[in-house]
Amino acid sequence: MAAIRTKRDLHTYTFPGFGSEKFPNLMLRGAGDLDNWHLKVYEQKHEGYVAMKAALKMDPVAVTEEVKASGIRGRGGAGFPAGLKWSFMPKDTADRKFTRYLVCNGDEGEPGTFKDRVILEYNPHQLIEGMIIGGWAMQCAMSYVYIRGEFLWLIEKLEAAIQQARDAGYLGKNILGTGWDFDILVYRGAGAYICGEETALLNSLEGRRGEPRVKPPFPAAKGAFGQPTTVNNVETLAAVPPILRMGGAEYAKIGTPKNTGTRIFGVSGQVKRPGIYELPLGTPMNFLVEELAGGSSTGRKIKAIIPGGASAPMFDEKDFDCPLDFDMMKTRGSMAGSGGLIVMDEDTCMVQATLRLIRFYAHESCGQCTPCREGCNWMEMILHRIEHGQGRVGDLDLLASLTPRIGLRTLCPLGDAACGPMDSALQKFRHEFEHHITHKTCYANGSRLLSAVGAH
Amino acid sequence: MNHPQSPETSNEPLAPGQRLPVSERKELSPEAIAEIHAIMAQYPDKLAATLPALHIAQREFGFVSLSAMKAVAKAIGIPEGHVFGVATFYTMFQKAPVGKYHFSVCTNISCALRGAAQLLEKVCEKTGVKPGAGPSPDGMWSVEEVECLAGCGVAPCIQVNHDVYDELVDERKLIEVMEACKRGEYRPWAQ
Repeated sequence: MAAIRTKRDLHTYTFPGFGSEKFPNLMLRGAGDLDNWHLKVYEQKHEGYVAMKAALKMDPVAVTEEVKASGIRGRGGAGFPAGLKWSFMPKDTADRKFTRYLVCNGDEGEPGTFKDRVILEYNPHQLIEGMIIGGWAMQCAMSYVYIRGEFLWLIEKLEAAIQQARDAGYLGKNILGTGWDFDILVYRGAGAYICGEETALLNSLEGRRGEPRVKPPFPAAKGAFGQPTTVNNVETLAAVPPILRMGGAEYAKIGTPKNTGTRIFGVSGQVKRPGIYELPLGTPMNFLVEELAGGSSTGRKIKAIIPGGASAPMFDEKDFDCPLDFDMMKTRGSMAGSGGLIVMDEDTCMVQATLRLIRFYAHESCGQCTPCREGCNWMEMILHRIEHGQGRVGDLDLLASLTPRIGLRTLCPLGDAACGPMDSALQKFRHEFEHHITHKTCYANGSRLLSAVGAH
Repeated sequence: MNHPQSPETSNEPLAPGQRLPVSERKELSPEAIAEIHAIMAQYPDKLAATLPALHIAQREFGFVSLSAMKAVAKAIGIPEGHVFGVATFYTMFQKAPVGKYHFSVCTNISCALRGAAQLLEKVCEKTGVKPGAGPSPDGMWSVEEVECLAGCGVAPCIQVNHDVYDELVDERKLIEVMEACKRGEYRPWAQ
């Protein structure tokens, strides 16, 4: 028997007005209820597998068109239109038949992000249904869900849910009489942030070191096991059943014209009610942080917000009103990323925060490309000496000169991701770094983000 | 990934694998081999069984020793060097023995903002071990500092072995968790 979570859940998933027309609840139905994951609950309460049954009667191309019409952009971080990604998959021709794969990216490792976990915990069937629809739209032979190794209990739960779907005839041979065979296999990762990058994930799925591949060929041409593959995030695939249920055009009315639909945002750090909030894209950030998450938990002013997981450049006060969508975030110099907001108050030392983030990238760099492998370690060393009162006058210029030599010079975006927080912290909180170098102490009071016992 | 080991000081340097701690066990059990063969059959390429097989080996051996890697290579029928490369890449494959209850403490930014650094120090103080320095003398505890566990909203969080996270951990909660471990309410390591 699978290890099903029995511990009381400490997250908040809802807020007054959630589920109304203004704040539709598409992704978090039944979140918080530990029995919600069963197939029968999903079918009885949440219109489960209705969209799948309808989709299997449609032409696969029409399903892809519906997803395209919804305008949904990939929820993993890059924000690439999901329908367009699906349409890149090669079609069978008279003289060539392809074995296509669908891969679901559940390697949730971005600091500040904890959304996929909620879907896997409470609505695994919504993900399974989305994968069946995606598999049908692209006529895939097989699909794989890659889940980070720490989520062992969620892997066991998802496997139990997949078995329920198999027993109901939604997976396996000749699904609902269509003559189409499809199944889902769960693959357990083993603790590597880099495997969230799609080609690194494919390497890991093939049983190799999780090192990103040279692109092109893109996964749609040569992906898992050398076959055409589409990699989608858990949240993207779980959003497919609601899209098919309400119709692409109707889904596109939620949010803003170029950023449609709802998205799960995770708020963490120094706020009163950290947790998971599903909001239409384009909702202002300060509404989420101040109104829903309750503002600063310490009573001190909020100094900085990382708006899209640790890789996103930080925002200071003047950008707190930024709408939460892919384009506006980019215009304001950050990125929507994975939708994890990290809130820091006035007493947070930005040197420590940046050092902690850069240490993460130095640790998680796969070591394949020199700029990222060496550069992240250099940045960590320089920040370390600034933090420990040994900073030199030229260090800030040295740091600023490093980032353009890492960014856009590596195979995957991990190097760029490390430059985001580094550049933005230097630009927006330069006085704190200077204070550290000249006074050899923190500018902020009593901030202690780094432990005295050895770092790994 | 980047976990450089300190260079050998002797005049006759050891090969990379020889620096790893040695496990008593040398072979996988027949059941484990059967399990690995079943996994191999599920994938288009048997190489894909490397990670699942290493998870199985870690369960049997207690940690991924050089013998475990060799046994995995033999069971799948792939080069030992490949398995060594994979096992050393991923942080969840422990290359040295760990305690019966292995604490993974997240100290990344979201947890750090809510006191993870202090929590890590508390965990080390209560268990008497240092992060990544092997198990306590009685073999009960070991501690590891890990990167984001995706429990940011309920930070700081700790994972004991491979169980569901313990969330919003303060000193009182930590003592509760350790008491529960002593009572055997958590799945012990390697099971």
